[in-house]
Amino acid sequence: MNVLSGILALPNDSKKKTLVVALVLSLVCSMLVSVSAVMLRPLQTVNATVDRQRNILAAADLLDEDTDVTDAFSRIEAHVVHLESGEFSDDIDAASFDQRRAARDPAMSRALARKQDIAGISRLADYATVYLVKDGDAVEQIILPIHGYGLWSTLYGFIALEPDLNTVVGLKYYEHSETAGLGAEVDNPAWLSQWKGRRIFDASGELVLRSVKGVSLATGDAAFYEVDGLAGATLTSDGVTNMLHFWLGEQGFGPFLVKIRKRVGSS
Amino acid sequence: MNSIEKKIVLDPLIDDNPITLQILGICSALAVTTSLGPALLMCAAVTAVLILSNAAVSLIRHHVPSSIRIIVMMVIIASLVIIVDQVLKAYAFELSKRLTVFVGLIITNCIVLGRTEAFAMKNGVRLSILDGLGNALGYSLILIIVAVCRELIGSGTLLGYEILPLVTAGGWYTPNGLMLLAPSAFFIIGLLIWGIRTWKTAQVEKPEYQIHEVHRTGIV
Repeated sequence: MNVLSGILALPNDSKKKTLVVALVLSLVCSMLVSVSAVMLRPLQTVNATVDRQRNILAAADLLDEDTDVTDAFSRIEAHVVHLESGEFSDDIDAASFDQRRAARDPAMSRALARKQDIAGISRLADYATVYLVKDGDAVEQIILPIHGYGLWSTLYGFIALEPDLNTVVGLKYYEHSETAGLGAEVDNPAWLSQWKGRRIFDASGELVLRSVKGVSLATGDAAFYEVDGLAGATLTSDGVTNMLHFWLGEQGFGPFLVKIRKRVGSS
Repeated sequence: MNSIEKKIVLDPLIDDNPITLQILGICSALAVTTSLGPALLMCAAVTAVLILSNAAVSLIRHHVPSSIRIIVMMVIIASLVIIVDQVLKAYAFELSKRLTVFVGLIITNCIVLGRTEAFAMKNGVRLSILDGLGNALGYSLILIIVAVCRELIGSGTLLGYEILPLVTAGGWYTPNGLMLLAPSAFFIIGLLIWGIRTWKTAQVEKPEYQIHEVHRTGIV
């Protein structure tokens, strides 16, 4: 106690007191921050998981206001896919696999050349978690995680496909920092609902689905491949188109889609 | 509450408002006011940080070396903001997602540092808490006014509830998209400042310099 009162009695501007005050303050503050972070982490993890599940369900068009998220999610199976081969990988546990962390790990990811990297993600994990919506044994929908750069931020989301692997069931983003009111309108249900029923590949197998600037004027068959862009958010809309082209293309889930299509065709 | 305490709490509402008189905290006033929900959450977060940081700084004010006092205040404010951010992520996840980085940016909100430096360093804990509360109320008042204008005119809703039925949903109201852009907050805040200074003429600043008419012959 004598030491303490001795230090407190020092003139405020002495070197010793300055150092002691700085040290004690840093210790106390870092302790408070650590305690709050550690104590609240379980709640935050639950929130993040439920939020992720909710967004997967929303992409799959299975979410109503009174849906019990955990209950509805029991119909959904998670599988880890090796992107390059397109095969399901049983070595990696889908529940613990974190694609974002894997993308930072040189052993589990690769850097993308600028030309290939149309989604602006710079590193691509070797694996990704896909979700199958099942009714008994039959697969009703396939949900793929996608992410890519918009205007300010990387947008993370899901796209759900019909078993034909061509028709879109829904698109939903769960994380982004685009401009509120403009780019952030990627969350707007009215805009998202446009994606339902759109097709990814044209008759020749070319990947053509895109969001166009302004209002889509396409008619007839072409209308299946175009979605109105977001007004005032051209770069975010382009980001959405680019990430769809990346993830549904050769670098992304292309090989996986080919494999699944063959499997569906042969059965 | 005696008259001094009342003055400390009520003055920042109009007479000494941190946004319209001191022109502080403008950045967040632009960023989080596109709709009312996030604006309210931001107000709550800033209120918590202002009160707690004022109280903490006031508590240790006699032992803060003046050479590092700004750093001391910033460390306290930054820690409080991180804690508030963590609490929001745990208990108000949906809304905190809409605020994105702006909760973290409370650290750089000049109102917080301004109040700890100008008030809490010189006054007792009780008065400092009241001062924090008063300034938070002043900040919140402006944020809410701006957010109500922007959400109502820009989206036709308030807190997400439809007030003006939109043309796109079969109604009659065509939303004004400008209101969702940052400049509209400048316009609204500018109009507010104009209005308040017309009403309270004491707030009008003296011009910093005056251009005098000079006649050539006068110089020669």
